[in-house]
Amino acid sequence: MSFLKSLFLILGLVTGAIASPALAQSEPETLRPLINELAKGKYAETEQQIGALAATGDPAVAPALKALSEGDLFFRKSDGAVFIAEKQGKSYNLTDPLTLETAGEAGRREVKKIKVNNKLRRVIRSALGSLTLMASDPKVRRQAAVAIFKAKDPDGIEALDVALAAEEDEGVRRVMEQARAAAVLNSDLDETQKLDAVATLSDMGNRDALSLLLSVRASSEGAVQSAASDAVTKIEKSIAAWDAAQNIWYGVSLGSVLLLAAIGLAITFGVMGVINMAHGEMVMIGAYTTFVVQDVIRTSMPGLFEYSLFIALPLAFIVAGLIGIAIERGVIRWLYGRPLETLLATWGISLILQQAVRSIFGPTNREVGNPDWMSGAFELGQMTITYNRMWIIVFALLVFAGLMLVLKKTPFGLYTRAVTQNRRMAASMGIRTPWIDALTFGLGSGIAGIAGVALSQIDNVSPNLGQGYIIDSFMVVVFGGVGNLWGTLVGAMTLGVVNKFLEPYAGAVLGKIFVLVFIILFIQKRPRGLFALKGRAVEA
Amino acid sequence: MMSSFLFRAMDAKAGLFLAILGAAIVLIPAGNLLVPETSPFHVPTYAVTLMGKYLTYALLALAVDLVWGYCGILSLGHAAFFALGGYAMGMYLMRQIGTRGVYGDPVLPDFMVFLNWEHLPWYWYGFDMFWFAALMVLLVPGALAFVFGWFAFRSRVTGVYLSIITQALTYALLLAFFRNDMGFGGNNGLTDFKDILGFDIQADTTRAGLFAASGLALVLCFLICRSITRSKLGKVLVAVRDAESRTRFLGYRVEHYKLFVWTLSAMMAGIAGALYVPQVGIINPGEFAPANSIEVVIWVAVGGRGTLVGAVLGAVLINFAKTWFTAALPDVWLFALGGLFVVVTLFLPKGIVGTLSSGWTALRQRKISARYEAGSDQPPSPAPHSPGAAANVSPRTENTAPNASGAAKPQPAE
Repeated sequence: MSFLKSLFLILGLVTGAIASPALAQSEPETLRPLINELAKGKYAETEQQIGALAATGDPAVAPALKALSEGDLFFRKSDGAVFIAEKQGKSYNLTDPLTLETAGEAGRREVKKIKVNNKLRRVIRSALGSLTLMASDPKVRRQAAVAIFKAKDPDGIEALDVALAAEEDEGVRRVMEQARAAAVLNSDLDETQKLDAVATLSDMGNRDALSLLLSVRASSEGAVQSAASDAVTKIEKSIAAWDAAQNIWYGVSLGSVLLLAAIGLAITFGVMGVINMAHGEMVMIGAYTTFVVQDVIRTSMPGLFEYSLFIALPLAFIVAGLIGIAIERGVIRWLYGRPLETLLATWGISLILQQAVRSIFGPTNREVGNPDWMSGAFELGQMTITYNRMWIIVFALLVFAGLMLVLKKTPFGLYTRAVTQNRRMAASMGIRTPWIDALTFGLGSGIAGIAGVALSQIDNVSPNLGQGYIIDSFMVVVFGGVGNLWGTLVGAMTLGVVNKFLEPYAGAVLGKIFVLVFIILFIQKRPRGLFALKGRAVEA
Repeated sequence: MMSSFLFRAMDAKAGLFLAILGAAIVLIPAGNLLVPETSPFHVPTYAVTLMGKYLTYALLALAVDLVWGYCGILSLGHAAFFALGGYAMGMYLMRQIGTRGVYGDPVLPDFMVFLNWEHLPWYWYGFDMFWFAALMVLLVPGALAFVFGWFAFRSRVTGVYLSIITQALTYALLLAFFRNDMGFGGNNGLTDFKDILGFDIQADTTRAGLFAASGLALVLCFLICRSITRSKLGKVLVAVRDAESRTRFLGYRVEHYKLFVWTLSAMMAGIAGALYVPQVGIINPGEFAPANSIEVVIWVAVGGRGTLVGAVLGAVLINFAKTWFTAALPDVWLFALGGLFVVVTLFLPKGIVGTLSSGWTALRQRKISARYEAGSDQPPSPAPHSPGAAANVSPRTENTAPNASGAAKPQPAE
């Protein structure tokens, strides 16, 4: 009979509460005598004392056991009290093993280390495993099960069986079953047990299970081996599917970044026929607005940090939009109908804006923080989804929908379309065309600005930020087809996904080169993009 | 026949320009090599190199002016041809180092030894011979331009779309040349050159020689461009620029004309790059940057597109200003350059030379009409062969329909 079994028998007899280990919580002071017992006796007695400690089922004893196995547990010679001690120069810093509060210092001669050997370490590990498996916090229980899964320790099977009987949380229970299966496969139990374990792992279906099953396939024989190899094939298939899904996710995520960068350009270039080379700088201005907002918040009202992006969004829209209107009024309005010259003039403006930002904020990257809800990641099946990418996708789609609504459902959108289709007729109908031009350009620039807020979360905020996006944005607009926002959406998503699918085979840079060459060739086939406008007017 | 072809290029204005350029080619090296250093007329070697660099830029600008000013193809990718020519020359210079490299390998350039390459890649074969490298300086940019133009012009990619995909072209090359496994030295590029044609590349005489070679190449390319633009071919090009469909309907194979000047222009850019590299001593992927191509367009726009002389003048002036600004007021340079762009497109759409020459034409017209009104002369006729007058046709005709491209957009699909 193994040690753990006897342990749990004792536990059952003493408390009669195996089914609810969480109840077995006790006050530190009732545990202290048990812990102090560790200071006495030889290895065999220590083993029993560890058993007694584990039998309390109280996670509070875990730090002491952990310290014991690492050789950090000491007792004071004067009164036999046990402490976790850390060497500090010539003396030791003492920590209370139960409350984990500091308990003063002790000289080198005043304390003595409690000795452990390898056998005891193993006992402690199992005891720790079972203690944490019975912890009241489901997260701790899950972690304990994951640890056993990784260790594949056959000694953990009994503890897991007990814990499984008591477990009520479905998710933790599954992890425990998987851990048990991993341990079973590593033990010398009989074939039926192992077949069950293979089935459990096969249902698990991720890379961890795959590597386990691969080693099982290599080391076992007969029915277990064939079951394992079946399971391996099944898992490999599912992993391939999940990989594809992950690639699509990355692609959509890249696509939404492209969409954000390009959608403002789609208005100024696609709707107005103005090639705005300073578009990237509008994105940059949005990112710097975020930086300034966060800077102000950091120094004056730190509590608002979580909302900094919501404050930055309207500000970035207004700042970039106003600069856009100024550019339109100052320069572009003289150049309508001469797209190549707007290209040159706006390139000049982009140089000026870059240098202005460099003069004000310095040439180096600026630190823009992620709020809590933008950082971290979660697992969906076997995909890892980071929150910042997810919110950027959501945000890009919202911006797209919002822009569509503005252009289709508001009077301003109606006027914009009227002016871009037939300026003279629109003017005759009483629309103030110069105003509409300025506002449309401001809208495109403002959207670039809010794109900058989003991009500041995933990219370096530096004076060159805009330059990095301008070529990609043009590719998206040209690929999608000028003058069509749906084309921009489809173009951005297609290029994003294609890029991400090429990357595993070609590498990031080569993948990007392929995409560029692909666009160059595509333009030959469809010189007006994916969603080309048709009709006589296009040729003009 | 060739001489008559080149003879057509000559007139008073071109003569003046060539005289100035010729004087520079003779006087600057002479001032460097023959005048003693103590004399106030001595030209320091760094100045010779600097001006040699300007001349190669001028040649690049000339190439851009040929396609943009006369054929209406706004290339935002000419830096690609420039850099390809430069790489071809750089590969030759790299092979001339021999065992004098850091690793002393007689065959492999330093960066290949560093990256543990075993053999010279096949595309490096032949670059130990100057004639082969010189051939490649013409052929590589020419072939790329031919293939690119073949596709682009046949499928009638024009205007803004063409500009954007030329930018994509140079950007793709930029990314490619940054890769270490391309065999062109990755982001460090090719450098540490020693000899060219057996002469020490650092020597004063070689520097002067390279300057003179750049000047001669510029003269030669100028004559070729000028004879093209003044020939019937040039008239067709201007027709393509101003009304492409109309020219096509008249029976001209527009794409052939475009392909010809486009490829020729790319080769000129290649020559410019090849002369640039030995003078600055390095070629790296940064030369492919789209921003470089756009900057060339600015030189041409400032000098005056469609004037040839203007392109040269713009390149030299702006680069001189750049050298001065980046040394004296580095922070102001981008403001100045950006401001120049805006001012030139808004107020000087014909550039310096274009404005001056149309001012000159207008003045002469007024004199002639004054004489006509006095009843002593023939009725006025527009001055023939005035490049400035030809150049301003394009913006004006485009301008008659304000927001032509914008007005053309039908409603987005409902």
